[in-house]
Amino acid sequence: MKLHEYQAKSLFADAGIPVPDSRLATSVDEALDAVDEIGYPAAIKAQVHVGGRGKAGGIKIATDREEAEQYAEEILGMDLKGYTVDQVLVEAGVDFVDELYVGVTMDRGEGKPVLMVSTEGGVDIEEVAEENPDAIAREHVDPAFGLHPYQARKVVYEAGVDADVALDVASILSTLYDLYEENDASEIEVNPVMITSDRDVVAADAVMNIDEDALFRQPDLAEMAEASYEDDLERKAGEYGFDYVRLSGNVGIIGNGAGLVMTTLDLVDYYGGAPANFLDIGGGAKAERVANALDMVFSDDNVDAVVFNIFGGITRGDEVAKGINEALERFDEIPKKVVVRLAGTNAEEGMEILNTDLVEVEKTLEDAVQRAVKNADEVTQ
Amino acid sequence: MSIFVDDDTRVVVQGITGGEGKFHAGQMIEYGTNVVAGAVPGKGGQEVDGVPVYDTVDEAVEAEDADASVIFVPPAFAADAIFESLDTDLDLAVAITEGIPTQDMAKVNKRLSETDTRLIGPNCPGIITPGEAKLGILPGNIFSEGNVGLVSRSGTLTYQVVDNLTERGLGQSTAIGIGGDPIIGTSFVDALEAFEADTDTDAVVMCGEIGGEDEEQAAKFIGEHMDTPVAGFIAGRTAPPGKRMGHAGAIVSGSGTGTAQSKIDALNDAGVPVGDTPEEVADHVEDFL
Repeated sequence: MKLHEYQAKSLFADAGIPVPDSRLATSVDEALDAVDEIGYPAAIKAQVHVGGRGKAGGIKIATDREEAEQYAEEILGMDLKGYTVDQVLVEAGVDFVDELYVGVTMDRGEGKPVLMVSTEGGVDIEEVAEENPDAIAREHVDPAFGLHPYQARKVVYEAGVDADVALDVASILSTLYDLYEENDASEIEVNPVMITSDRDVVAADAVMNIDEDALFRQPDLAEMAEASYEDDLERKAGEYGFDYVRLSGNVGIIGNGAGLVMTTLDLVDYYGGAPANFLDIGGGAKAERVANALDMVFSDDNVDAVVFNIFGGITRGDEVAKGINEALERFDEIPKKVVVRLAGTNAEEGMEILNTDLVEVEKTLEDAVQRAVKNADEVTQ
Repeated sequence: MSIFVDDDTRVVVQGITGGEGKFHAGQMIEYGTNVVAGAVPGKGGQEVDGVPVYDTVDEAVEAEDADASVIFVPPAFAADAIFESLDTDLDLAVAITEGIPTQDMAKVNKRLSETDTRLIGPNCPGIITPGEAKLGILPGNIFSEGNVGLVSRSGTLTYQVVDNLTERGLGQSTAIGIGGDPIIGTSFVDALEAFEADTDTDAVVMCGEIGGEDEEQAAKFIGEHMDTPVAGFIAGRTAPPGKRMGHAGAIVSGSGTGTAQSKIDALNDAGVPVGDTPEEVADHVEDFL
């Protein structure tokens, strides 16, 4: 789960990390009120979960009120890589002389958190990692002990940060690690940390991702998560308790188990179609859950046809079939063609129970996907 | 023969009095697994389906000589349950629980490196040696005895591939779901190493997915150390970057590492054919045998 920049920065500020003065605004008037308080130059920054906001035109620096109004009008409501901007962070401009990259993330391979520092801040750090990996200093943290303060100093010195600000940067890094632990973050990145002409150190950007599996013990962050949904369908999926990802194709996909659902998406692509979504309904398939899953894909305007693929392990195929029948019987008219494939425990019984007035039935995964792709093609033709 | 579990394995079920634990303990017993004890704090002295329950894993091991555990404990308490297994020096712990916070698993991982216990999972369907023992939630009826080893990050995808194999009369020596989380106990390489050493495994199927670099490491291991032929499958070719595809570990990073293509290329370079469909995986295995 990604926090917005303004959310992460409020956590930073509460923890004592220096951040520029800022206000959140949802209208041009609010943005102008904010610049009146903050002064110039002021950055107007789109609050959407999109990388490379600056390059895409989502961050502008205003030097007077006229520019502030113009940029706020441009950015609010703009489409940024498929996301509509409905709020901006208005932030005091920082007079900087140097930019650093500082981050904490989980190194999956090592199974340990890792601190990262680079003096090549302010640019795409993934590119730095690719082209000049030595420019990023790294230090692993033993999760049983937590961070020893010397480790933060060590990695900052190793990265070659200027000596006069090194201890301030190390202190920010230590605090970021505390935030990482306390908030069950999966990643925190500050790019850039700015060094001002007065040699102050300021966190000018903030990326913070939270481990979704830990939200049960992070009630405040769970509330922030609510505020950070950007897509109505993703919000709905959250309410229904589905693992859901929206894609750009027109074949709706429902299945059970992450690996098998991913495979179904891949097969749609393999047979010449385009997947509209990833939807894992998880174990069991009671009528209510099946109905909710169908509601999800039916309410996606991009979807032209649906494939429903269940491999019953402990879940019984006959029960799934009853669920599908019950769910579809609630509709006066089935809005989109649904192809069902059941396999595994009691699959044959399930196939017999399925109401073929409501759904099309296929025996193998490959056949079911091909038929759904064909159904979708027929709609678009 | 088989790897990691057989009909001598003596199992304690952690969380046997919960809904999931009780149901699956019953299924494991029905399959023929030696479920010798349950462990649930506060429930010592009870019985579930004739299986004696103890308050601690330690007591269960002492009384019933258990050497493996299966963990059906909710996410908030699961790391603690894994620590209990590790600290009791069991040979094997299988963690089924999905949704354990990653930072908890980092601590487990640290402890794991100091013990001799093998951890399978978490967020996995478990392990089965057909005809002998099943530890976990895999549906026993789709498996058949044979000489194909299978290792996978996903549950239902495993069932799909096993179904394709069984339908062609290609039975399995052992099938392991290693789990879909970012930090797991047994890796692809661990399982492949064991299959290579197992004289009754003549071919291996490896089902990977996007995220991390385990498949790339497995490819390297196969190229350098394996004579047993391996067929591969990689899920998530169509996954967009930065999105978590169901499994906590199934995510392509913004920088493009962990992609399906990188894994497929690595496997192909190691001489491993990768199927475009589950059927094609079975075709490759058939060619091997």
